[in-house]
Amino acid sequence: MERSDYEVVIGLEVHAELSTKTKIFCSCPAEFGGDPNTHCCPVCMAMPGALPVLNEKVVEYAVKAGLATNCTISKNSKNDRKNYFYPDTPRAYQISQFDRPLCENGYVEIEDDEGNPKKVRLLRIHIEDDAGKLNHDEFGGGSLVDFNRAGVPLIESVSMPDLRSAGEAERYLKKLKSIFEYIEVSDCKMQEGSFRADVNVSVRKKGAKEFGTRTEMKNMSSFRSIVRAIEYEANRQIEVIENGGVIKQTSLRWDDVSGKTFQMRNKEDAQDYRYFPEPDLVAIRLSDEYIQNIKDNLPELPESRKERYMSEYSLSEKDARLITASKHLSDLFEKTKDICGNAKLSANWILSDISRILNEEEMEPDQIPFTAEQLGKMICLIENGTISSAIGKKVLTELFENPNDPEVIVKEKGWIQISDEGAIKEVVMQILEANPQSIADFKAGKDRALGFLVGQAMKATKGKANPQMLNKMFLEELNK
Amino acid sequence: MDITELTVHELQDKIKSKELTVSEITEAYLNRINDKEPEIDAFITVLKEEALAKSKEIEEKIGNGEIQSEYAGIPIGIKDNICTKGVKTTCASKMLENFVSPYDATVVENLNNEGLINLGKLNMDEFAMGSSTENSAIKKTKNPWNLNTVPGGSSGGSAAAVAAGLVPWALGSDTGGSIRQPASFCGVVGLKPTYGLVSRYGLVAYASSLDQIGTLTKDVKDSAMLLNLIAGHDERDSTSMDKPKIDYTEALKNDVKGLKIAVPKEFYGEGINAEVKQKLQEAIEKYKELGATVEEVSLDIAEYSLAAYYIIACAEASSNLGRFDGIRYGYRAKDCKDLKDIYIKSRSEGFGAEVKRRIILGTYVLSSGYYDAYYKKAQKVRTAITNKFEKVFADYDVILVPTSPVVAFEFGSKSNPLEMYLSDICTVSVNVAGLPGISVPCGVDSNGMPIGMQLIGNKFQESTILNAAYTYEQATNFRAKYKPQFKK
Repeated sequence: MERSDYEVVIGLEVHAELSTKTKIFCSCPAEFGGDPNTHCCPVCMAMPGALPVLNEKVVEYAVKAGLATNCTISKNSKNDRKNYFYPDTPRAYQISQFDRPLCENGYVEIEDDEGNPKKVRLLRIHIEDDAGKLNHDEFGGGSLVDFNRAGVPLIESVSMPDLRSAGEAERYLKKLKSIFEYIEVSDCKMQEGSFRADVNVSVRKKGAKEFGTRTEMKNMSSFRSIVRAIEYEANRQIEVIENGGVIKQTSLRWDDVSGKTFQMRNKEDAQDYRYFPEPDLVAIRLSDEYIQNIKDNLPELPESRKERYMSEYSLSEKDARLITASKHLSDLFEKTKDICGNAKLSANWILSDISRILNEEEMEPDQIPFTAEQLGKMICLIENGTISSAIGKKVLTELFENPNDPEVIVKEKGWIQISDEGAIKEVVMQILEANPQSIADFKAGKDRALGFLVGQAMKATKGKANPQMLNKMFLEELNK
Repeated sequence: MDITELTVHELQDKIKSKELTVSEITEAYLNRINDKEPEIDAFITVLKEEALAKSKEIEEKIGNGEIQSEYAGIPIGIKDNICTKGVKTTCASKMLENFVSPYDATVVENLNNEGLINLGKLNMDEFAMGSSTENSAIKKTKNPWNLNTVPGGSSGGSAAAVAAGLVPWALGSDTGGSIRQPASFCGVVGLKPTYGLVSRYGLVAYASSLDQIGTLTKDVKDSAMLLNLIAGHDERDSTSMDKPKIDYTEALKNDVKGLKIAVPKEFYGEGINAEVKQKLQEAIEKYKELGATVEEVSLDIAEYSLAAYYIIACAEASSNLGRFDGIRYGYRAKDCKDLKDIYIKSRSEGFGAEVKRRIILGTYVLSSGYYDAYYKKAQKVRTAITNKFEKVFADYDVILVPTSPVVAFEFGSKSNPLEMYLSDICTVSVNVAGLPGISVPCGVDSNGMPIGMQLIGNKFQESTILNAAYTYEQATNFRAKYKPQFKK
């Protein structure tokens, strides 16, 4: 059989760290970083006798996430202990949710590979605490534990196995990330580990009713590695099946360097977590008013922003979708257009040059180093003729490298557009003198010669000459 | 006057009347410890220098009016599973033999705020698992009434220390009877408050849904006073109830006229020692004499309670004790070749036999495939027991039962764990239902060993059982009649 005779089935478990000020069960700061073991107390270090107290903000954020993903919010939920030994888990149990998660039965809308809308069902979203971090081998062979992350609140969003390609999985993840960013429950920084996905992959022959045996992959730290991992694993499974083998349900570790998956030493599936209700915490009971109140105060979601951009700023569906895919881009767009007063231009800059640079540099929108004020001002400078679009691109490059007030940048770099008639005329005359053949071509009816001359003039002025004026003056001279 | 024979309220009177200074009191206790501790072995840590220095400091503060609390300078002993900052909290385990807590339990904070003086940390069954204190990995505490018998457990050190006059009062913890049973064995008053009345923050957890800190005192009034100091809502314990503060001493009316007492016949049947039964009968008669109504009822829960108790307690313990892994604190075995080796060796060597037995039992009942048959079933039984109690409390104020089916037994006489578990048969149901219970001495047997009776109240009705106990105590005056003999 062919690769194309198989269908890939993917389900995702996404862990997002909530951006609450304090940890889930104590008042230690939940922020990323800090010297090792400085964001710790008896509770998150699991000292004998210390007890957890549930941070109410965590419940609120999780309910927000549930509402934004069309989940039913459970009015009567609870915490459960998941028991296992590992040095990054100081209590030897994680406090999670087992049979009564806060949010259930939601969905997220994405586009399938053909561009048609598709609902990816969410089985549940539950709250739990993150583990500490092990630092291996840094100090002569031993392992050191840093508990700063222990107790940072997480929501785990479990999708149904509704995804059918690596592309769909990527779009789903990006959508989920963008929703969490929009409702401001998580900063979703993959590079800092605040947005992580475990991927369940299986394959089956197209048209088959039963799912194949799945494997679970961990340790992917970017969208790209998730896509690569899915493709690798799907191909591996197909190969195994084609060679008459059977897929074993197992946990795999993705290695980004070799681009392969490896069997995890710890056989997760053999573990019995001995879940039972957390006796140190009381049941989580939520009133209708509480849930309604969160619902009423939910920030505007990407779908709604998209519609608004199309109707209010006449952006195309595609442009509006691309901008709203990221809250950072969308926020940048809204502020930029307020400053420069030109939504269309703002959108163009964001979707063309800025997106291109992000792509080239493999940066996420939240890593854009300049402010909307700076971008807006730059667009103003183009609009009022202080600089040309060509110079604008150079300013943008500069904004990525050394963000500063664009006015200062163009002044310091001497990039202010030449709009002085005398100066332009001088350049035009020089170029004409140097290119008699182009004059002849133009006179012979070859319009393209004009473009060439303008280009030469721009080159001579390092892009600073006002292109409209150049055009006009060349025409005047040529038609004399 | 022997200072160490006085109750705390008597000490307070003497401080007020300037008959005694607080440093005299602490000195008297330290002398008594010097004298009698070698025979009793109630302490894991004695804070001699610290207590002396603190008593001097407190005396000064009382003198210049810096401290106003009427408890300032009163000594106390604390069970060694309650965290005390800068002082070892061992849980009588090799696992925590050298563990110094970086923080104070909420109850300890409360005591410190009132200026009480910690005389030291008291022996117990390892991690509060046991009914004789024989499971301590540190030492063997003797019953002051007969040094060949156990003090009961798990708060055996606390009960023995109060009985022997090594401390005026003590804190204990009670998961299945661990305050009441040793109180009964040692002839002192032991109160286990309603689950949620006293913060568990800083109590090293054995079974989180059953554990409760309580008091061991010479008399009922002291119980009410110590409860005043430790009861109350704590933000750091989600299971602690937010209820208005009550002065429990105000409940001591010395009057039980009209009090409705239920006597469940199942608690007086097979397995209950005849002399214990006899003393309980006498107590019933006394209550009738005092104007209470006593009626026999049926409450057939004891057996089920014991089964449900051991399943729930062990399940929670198996999880609670996971944190003792040799990584961050506590015992770590030497020469471990890898992580798994650290876990296995440290836990094998650091925990005693009974602790390991309960961890294994608890792990088993939570395992997939067994969870429903054991843990889930036990929770259902728990609900049923709670409902049965509720039914009784619809018609009665207090339930009167023995605290223990037997009096203090000899060391090593209960080598079969199941037999030992049966000593909790009269007390565990109270924990299972989260109710308050108090054990009060009601006489001695033919060998002069104390017998305790247990008064059980409805949730948060500490006042009712304290008054019932107090009224009985005033009418019978056990302390004036019997004293521990330190019999060898």
